[in-house]
Amino acid sequence: MEAEMLARIQFAFTVSFHILFPAFTIGLASWLVMLEALWLKTGKPAYMSLYKFWLKIFAVSFGMGVVSGIVMSFQFGSNWSGFSEATGNVLGPVIGYEVLTAFFLEATFLGIMLFGANRVGKGLHFFATCMVALGTLISAFWILSANSWMNTPAGFRVEDGIFYPVDWFQIIFNPSFPYRLVHMTLAAYLTTCFVIGAVSARYLLEGRFQQRARHMFFMSVIFGAIVVPAQVLIGDFHGLNTKEYQPQKVAAMEAHWESEPRAPLILFAIPDEENETNHFQLGIPGLGSLILEHDINAPVTGLKEFPAEERPPVAPVFWAFRIMVGLGVLMLFAAGAGVVQLIRGRLYETRWLLKLYSWMWPTGFIAVLAGWFTTEIGRQPWVVWELQTTADALSPVPGASVATSLLLFFLVYGVVFGAGIYYLLQLIRSGPGEVEGEPEKGTARRPLSAAGKPAEEGT
Amino acid sequence: MEGGWLPLIWIVLIAVAIFMYVLLDGFVLGTGILFPFAPDDEARDTMMTSVAPIWDGNETWLVLGGGGLFAVFPLAYSIVLPALYLPFMFMLLALVFRGVAFEFRFKSGKNRHLWDLAFTGGSVVTAFFQGIILGTFVSGFAMEGTRYVGGTFDWLTPFGLIVGVAMVAGYALLGSTWLIMKAPGELEQWARRVTIPLLASVAVFLAVISMWVPFLENQIAERWFTLPNLFYLSPVPVLTAVAGYLLFRKTTGDGHASPFLLAIGLFTLGYAGLAISLWPNIIPHEISFWEAAAAPESQQFLLIGSLIALPAVFAYTAYSYYVFRGKVTETHSY
Repeated sequence: MEAEMLARIQFAFTVSFHILFPAFTIGLASWLVMLEALWLKTGKPAYMSLYKFWLKIFAVSFGMGVVSGIVMSFQFGSNWSGFSEATGNVLGPVIGYEVLTAFFLEATFLGIMLFGANRVGKGLHFFATCMVALGTLISAFWILSANSWMNTPAGFRVEDGIFYPVDWFQIIFNPSFPYRLVHMTLAAYLTTCFVIGAVSARYLLEGRFQQRARHMFFMSVIFGAIVVPAQVLIGDFHGLNTKEYQPQKVAAMEAHWESEPRAPLILFAIPDEENETNHFQLGIPGLGSLILEHDINAPVTGLKEFPAEERPPVAPVFWAFRIMVGLGVLMLFAAGAGVVQLIRGRLYETRWLLKLYSWMWPTGFIAVLAGWFTTEIGRQPWVVWELQTTADALSPVPGASVATSLLLFFLVYGVVFGAGIYYLLQLIRSGPGEVEGEPEKGTARRPLSAAGKPAEEGT
Repeated sequence: MEGGWLPLIWIVLIAVAIFMYVLLDGFVLGTGILFPFAPDDEARDTMMTSVAPIWDGNETWLVLGGGGLFAVFPLAYSIVLPALYLPFMFMLLALVFRGVAFEFRFKSGKNRHLWDLAFTGGSVVTAFFQGIILGTFVSGFAMEGTRYVGGTFDWLTPFGLIVGVAMVAGYALLGSTWLIMKAPGELEQWARRVTIPLLASVAVFLAVISMWVPFLENQIAERWFTLPNLFYLSPVPVLTAVAGYLLFRKTTGDGHASPFLLAIGLFTLGYAGLAISLWPNIIPHEISFWEAAAAPESQQFLLIGSLIALPAVFAYTAYSYYVFRGKVTETHSY
């Protein structure tokens, strides 16, 4: 295999692995802020027990995010030196700001958050938790700005193939950044939301930690019911923005070859790039135009408008997008059903819903990955949209070296992250432990009366 | 100044960031290197507890060094990393093992020894390849203009290997003196005992490397061995010898924090010696930092942020060391 493909696989593999952890810890950090705030406000031990429980899960996930993230910060140079030499002037400072304003903040206060409870006061400990959460969000801000700039570059000039900054505001707040930032942050929150939902649904099914499980499940359902619809809306805006700046990406997402009015929304197809057509196509006529143009009669832009060598690979983009949207629909259904059962006063007794939720913990992760596959494969053959090709970005490193490192990444990540996931499952299995007033097993203090509103907990 | 003041400010800042990394992760890696030799499991728990709350912040200096190079000297970043591709990959993978060991070790039951091994192995391999990277960097790369034209294994040289082993010994010395300061009772006495042979080996490595470096490149020999430089620069080796002697005395005596501070002094002098040898090149013997600097606008923009953020980083880093000050008294987990 050629060096470029190996380098692309290595980057895709390492960044896919990495993104799973931030996607989870961004939401978890904010969740921990909320739990500690509730504990400080009410003094109920139930909140502290939940804080300590999720803190352990956070620590393992965050640790894996850190070590896989350091790999990323060096890979720009090691595997994509053409890219780093050309964009260093513009993207280097953006990454630099991420290190200065986010990485140090989260890494340093993490120590106090994990080990400082007996050494600092409650207020300071809460401050540390807040700083870690803030760090995760600031980090998302900068790295998504850099990625968005690669998709919709702005505020620069080019001289001899090197990018120079002209306007930092335009660089940071480039056209796709606001949409990508909100879309990804909500995706991270939803990933966490559905993990919390799944863990609490599992405890409810097992009859363990009843009151705290109800409380968490209630919060997960309510949060999902508000944020999933918001995410659908933001996703639509993001798509319209992509259509404006990267029409061939959207054409690939929809597998539209022809520029035609009343374009169908294709539900299933096997795109055939060689013959520029789809096989086994199943679509809803007119709906494609309606979604993309918000007008059933408006023509969409098809892939044939662009030279073949400037089109992204169609099938992976088309399918990744469908997986993301499909999971979004599933989340919408689950949260919606949750609200209906909540109103009917049967949220904690509806076994099929609890079962469904208990299986939904991976949906956020898969949706995040599918979304990134859509946008990053959809950016091909460019690394900086229409300005630098991925081939030109490549380092002069022999294919054999990249093959060696790629193999090692497979092995090491397989072992290390396999172990990490094992420990996470172990933590979830043992649960948050007993607290005063709530035995681990057995009937909750007020079995059915609390249905429909969060259970009273603790003392 | 010929190329402007901005690149000068930046080369100092980047050098400080990398040096902060060497010192701060140095003693953490050193603790990992010494891990298997510790008297017992309880001692190992104490060793890990002494660094667990701070290792992550310490490692972040490496990211600042790398990210800073990308931002301010992108040419150097895009030459050094591909040229040293495999050593960097080995180092990064080793850091993965080292980093997760902190989380996994306390959570594992019967497999604890595997994470002990990951902690030690990760630390040793990281230190060794950082030494290889340093040694190769100092020796210089095969360049044609701004393009690296060397091979995949150019880093596999006797000099590189020696610096690799020296780095393991050097970090172990930082680790042992850190433990003199942080460990209670018997473990502190153990740390004092291992510091002596480590100091001896570091002294030998420092001497060998110092004598070898001038032969790598005429420029370096001229810088050190011509008059009046010889006179001005003579304090570097003299102070190194004094620091080494004092470190020996304080370790065998009852120095508490002084052995650690003197080990830092040794590293500082070694680092200064390298800086003197290589100045003003960022790709040794080929490209000066002025030539490799990013656009002035980029340097300015990040400098504004650094001037605001770095003091804050120093302040809360200091605060976190203050929170975890003193001897390790409990091996608590959260």
